[in-house]
Amino acid sequence: MVSFSAVAKRYPGGLTALHDATFSIDAGELVFVTGRSGAGKSTLLKLIPAIERPTTGTVIVGGQNVGALKRSAVPYLRRNIGLVFQDQKLLYDRSVYDNVVLPLAFSGHSPREATRRARAALDKVGLLGRERANPIQLSGGEQQRLAIARAVVNRPAILIADEPTANLDAESALRIAEIFIAFHQVGVTVLIATHDETLVERYGRRVLQVEAGRVSELTRS
Amino acid sequence: MKTWVRQHRQAFVSALARLRRTTSLFSVFVIGVALSLPAGGYALLAGLSDVAARITPEPQVSVFLTTEAAEEDTKATLAALKADVRVASVQFVPRESALKSLAEVQGMREVIDALGANPLPDAFLVRLKEPAEEAFVAKAAGLPGVAHVQADTAWAARLAALTGIARLVVWALAAVLGAGLVAVTFNTIGLQVLTQREEIEVLKLIGATDAFIHRPFYYLGLLQGLMGGLVALAIVWVGLALLNTEAAPLAASYGSDFRFPGLTPGDAAAIAIFAALIGWLGAYLSVRRRLAEAEPGRK
Repeated sequence: MVSFSAVAKRYPGGLTALHDATFSIDAGELVFVTGRSGAGKSTLLKLIPAIERPTTGTVIVGGQNVGALKRSAVPYLRRNIGLVFQDQKLLYDRSVYDNVVLPLAFSGHSPREATRRARAALDKVGLLGRERANPIQLSGGEQQRLAIARAVVNRPAILIADEPTANLDAESALRIAEIFIAFHQVGVTVLIATHDETLVERYGRRVLQVEAGRVSELTRS
Repeated sequence: MKTWVRQHRQAFVSALARLRRTTSLFSVFVIGVALSLPAGGYALLAGLSDVAARITPEPQVSVFLTTEAAEEDTKATLAALKADVRVASVQFVPRESALKSLAEVQGMREVIDALGANPLPDAFLVRLKEPAEEAFVAKAAGLPGVAHVQADTAWAARLAALTGIARLVVWALAAVLGAGLVAVTFNTIGLQVLTQREEIEVLKLIGATDAFIHRPFYYLGLLQGLMGGLVALAIVWVGLALLNTEAAPLAASYGSDFRFPGLTPGDAAAIAIFAALIGWLGAYLSVRRRLAEAEPGRK
C-alpha cells in the first residue's frame, strides 16, 4: 500500500528532515510513527499525500510513484487518503455538517448520497445530532473527531493522522484512538504519528521510530 | 455531466455570496464609474455621428464671381462648369436674389439698408456627382471672372474627421481603463484568495482539483465585471437623460428635435460583456498567481 525506498527529504534552507528512509506498509496495517518533535515524523507523513515531494528516493502509494506524480493528479491521490492534523484544519465559518460534506462536493456524489455518507461519518465519530453546530462550539476532542469524520467520509484506503491526540485529555485521546482502531479493523490502512507512549503501548502493533530523520523499525516484545 | 453542472452551480452561488461583501461591491462601483467614461463617450459620439451623417449634404461648391465680372465671363464660366463631367447640376444665383435671401435673415435688413449698395456678387451653386471638391475647386478658381470658390461640405468633412479622432480617443480610453479595471479585479480577487487561504489549503488537502478551487473566483470576477458594466450603463443612461433634458431647449432654438439617442441594446450588451470579460481576466490572472502560494506545505 505504502512503500518508501531510500527516501530523503531536504528543504530549501538546507535542513534534511529525512535520511534514506526505507520501509513498506501493507494494506490494512495499523502503524504508529513515533519520535521527538522535529524528528521528521510530519515530513514522513506529508510525503504520502504529496504535500511534500521526496528529494531523492521513491515513495509509492497505491502503486503510484508520488515523486513523479503530475500536479494535476495529486488531488485524485489525496481523495484516497484521509488526513487528520493536530490542528484539525476545520473551517470555522461553516457548520459541522458542511465541514464533513466538503470532500464530497467534488467527488461526484449526488446530494442525497453525500448527505447519507456525511451522516454515517458523523455517526461513526459520535457527532450525529451536532450537524448544525459550529466547530467552534465543540470541545477539542469533538473537533478532532469532526476532523476524522471529514477524513473518512470519502472512504479512503489510507488514514493518516499527525499527532491527533496532542492537546487532548487522556479520556478524549483514548476515544480518538478507539476510532482509529475501529477504522483499522474494517481494513483501512492507518498511520498515526504520535509521541504519546501510552497510546503506542496500548495499540502499537507496529511502530516506526524516527530519530533525527532516520527511520527504524521498533521491535516490540 | 450532472456533477459538472452541480459544481458550477455551487461555484456560482459561492461567488454570489462573496460578491455581497463590501470590497466586492466597492469594486463593482469602481468598475461602473470607470467604464461609464468610455461608454458615455461612445454614446455621445454615436449621437454626433448620427447628426453628422444626416446633415452632410451632397458634395456642393459655391463659385463666387467678382462684382465687376462681365456677362461674357459669367456665360463662359457657366458653360465651363456645365461641361465638367464631375458636375451634376449648376444653379446660377444672381446677386439680387442673394441679397433678397440675405435680407430675410433676421437682423440683416438694417445692415443691408445701411450699406446702400448690393455688396454681393453673382454666384453659381454647383452640385458634384462625387465628393472630389479639392481638384474641382482648383479648376473652378481659374475660370473667367471667378473671385472665390468655396467647398460647402468642407466643414462637414472636418466634423467627420473630428468625430473620428474622438472615436479613437474613446477606444484608447476604453483600452486604458480596461487594463486598469483588470488590475482592480486582480487586486480584489487576490484579497479574496488571501482571506480564504486557509479554506483553499484545506480544500487542496482533501483532494479538490485546481479547477474546483478556481471556479468560484472566476465567477466572482465575471459577476463583478458584469455588475460593474450594468452600473456603467445606468450611469450613462441617467447622464444622457439629464443631457437631453438640458439640450432640448438649445436644439429647439435651431428648430431641431435633436436628442442623444443613447446606447442601442446591442451596444449595451457589448459593454456588459466587455466588463464581464475584464472581470474574468482579472480573476484569472490573480487566481493563477495567488493560488500557487496557497499550496499546502508552502509557507
